[in-house]
Amino acid sequence: MKHKKANLTFHLMLLPGMVFLVLFHIIPMGGLVMAFQNFLPAKGLWGSKWVGLDNFKFMFMLPDSKQIFINTVVIAVAKMVLNLLVPLVFALMLNAVRNTFLKRSLQTVVYLPNFISWVILGSIISDIFSKSGMVNAALSFLGIEPIVFLGSNKWFRSVVVLTDVWKGFGYNSIIFLAALAGIDPTLYEASAIDGASKSKQLWYITLPSLVGTVVLVGTLGLGNVLNAGFDQIFNLYNPLVYQTGDIIDTYVYRMGLENAQFSLATAVGMMKSVVSFVLIILSYKLAEKFANYRIF
Amino acid sequence: MKKWKVSPREMLVHYLIVGVVVAVSLTCLIPLLNTLSLSFSNKSRAAAGDVFLLPKGFTLSSYEMVLQDWGFFRAFGVSVLRVLAGCSLNMILTVLMAYPLSKSPQLFKGRNIYMWILIFCMMFSAGMIPLYLTVSRLGLIDSFWSLVLPGAVPIYNVILLMNYFRNISKGLEEAAIVDGASHVDILFKIFLPVSLPCLATIILFSVVGQWNAFFDGMIYINNPDKIPMMTYIQQLVIPTDTTNITDPKQLENMMNSSNKTLNAAKIMIAMLPILTVYPFLQKYFVTGITLGAVKE
Repeated sequence: MKHKKANLTFHLMLLPGMVFLVLFHIIPMGGLVMAFQNFLPAKGLWGSKWVGLDNFKFMFMLPDSKQIFINTVVIAVAKMVLNLLVPLVFALMLNAVRNTFLKRSLQTVVYLPNFISWVILGSIISDIFSKSGMVNAALSFLGIEPIVFLGSNKWFRSVVVLTDVWKGFGYNSIIFLAALAGIDPTLYEASAIDGASKSKQLWYITLPSLVGTVVLVGTLGLGNVLNAGFDQIFNLYNPLVYQTGDIIDTYVYRMGLENAQFSLATAVGMMKSVVSFVLIILSYKLAEKFANYRIF
Repeated sequence: MKKWKVSPREMLVHYLIVGVVVAVSLTCLIPLLNTLSLSFSNKSRAAAGDVFLLPKGFTLSSYEMVLQDWGFFRAFGVSVLRVLAGCSLNMILTVLMAYPLSKSPQLFKGRNIYMWILIFCMMFSAGMIPLYLTVSRLGLIDSFWSLVLPGAVPIYNVILLMNYFRNISKGLEEAAIVDGASHVDILFKIFLPVSLPCLATIILFSVVGQWNAFFDGMIYINNPDKIPMMTYIQQLVIPTDTTNITDPKQLENMMNSSNKTLNAAKIMIAMLPILTVYPFLQKYFVTGITLGAVKE
């Protein structure tokens, strides 16, 4: 009897949250049928015409599709790799700073950009990389002609990846700093007595201790191969750089909400969701297998 | 600890590392300092690209202009409200969902079904267009609640808190049940007080997320009097339609025609809440990021 009452309490506690999940997660999934229709808002889901896989066929025929897919994967993978390596190296270097006050102050500074909106950073970055901005001022000092970074297909991706790494490297280094703090200090003491140099310690103690964390971050990142970062690119791009900077999410936004091509945009978005879903499952399986990590 | 002899070469390497770490960390501060000095600079000096780290032609006129701008304050107010409403709703739902989910399936029949729904909603999303149409069908377009309700359940935070609850010793709970306490009592009188560090982390994530969000305000709200701060800034920085830009000169002209100093002042004020609370919360999010995994 008591058990039943407890169970009722549990169901009631979950009820409000479940209502919101149904309204804003499950019901929209029903809306995915739009991808198989020629959806017209006036006719609704029930009245719109079914077209089978036409939207998907059209999507694969569009010349833009391939480019957008390439842009997404190139930007996302570059971010993934550098968002792993740069924070790792930074954490190792920061860990070598012995002055605690300096170390803590530096941490406060480098975690900061992570908490600032891409809207604000987008505006600041556009300014810094503009023709009259700080970067070009520095380049002209070196005698290099000014470059319109955000209007150039040669530079756009690099700026996107660089600024994303810049925003996150401090915050992303936390997980490595935590792993470094967990290394048994007696290992260093013992090796020092045996005459190991700092570089030997780095190679034989520090790096092997970080392998688990690196594998974990790497595998979990796999789920993001199609996430090139909508908020960032949306706040930095313009039609001049669609060729190298337009990604799946920005394309879906423009097709769906600006041009009202609901069905096509939903089909493209659905492709992304399905592939991402598979990748996330895969990444969690790998993380469980290789890093012994389970989120739930 | 014993001191080991440090060779001059090692000292040199150490100072080199400190130098690099400090230099890299400064890059996180320079863009913000640049914006700060722009906001205090004379308009024409700023437009000429003279301003770097110190204000040129110091003036408060940009801030005086912001004070007269009602649109800005209204947007600021909307953001404050959405943080209050959104964060409260997030926290209530997170706590209410995390508690029953932290129970074993033996104690709470049906726990795993809820869990799978939650995980599925986290990993698979219907995408932008179906969600937009759902929000629109629910009559939330142009409503303040479109900023709050769709993200009411922060699934990742629910899982974070659930894992935290699971690690609380079972003894306390069993003793309370013997004394006749209900699960509501146990949640509010035992679980929540010992979970304060975890709750602080989640509140921080939630506040930052609400404050920085711009996209929902952009697509769900058409009435300029109701948009939140970041959407306001976004529309400010990209004032005209960028979709018909065809060459880099236009992009540069557009950048130059915007009022740099006034925008900088607005950006500084928009960042202020985050900048002020952030240093105090730093110790919490450091625990928060290392909290994700289950230890079993």
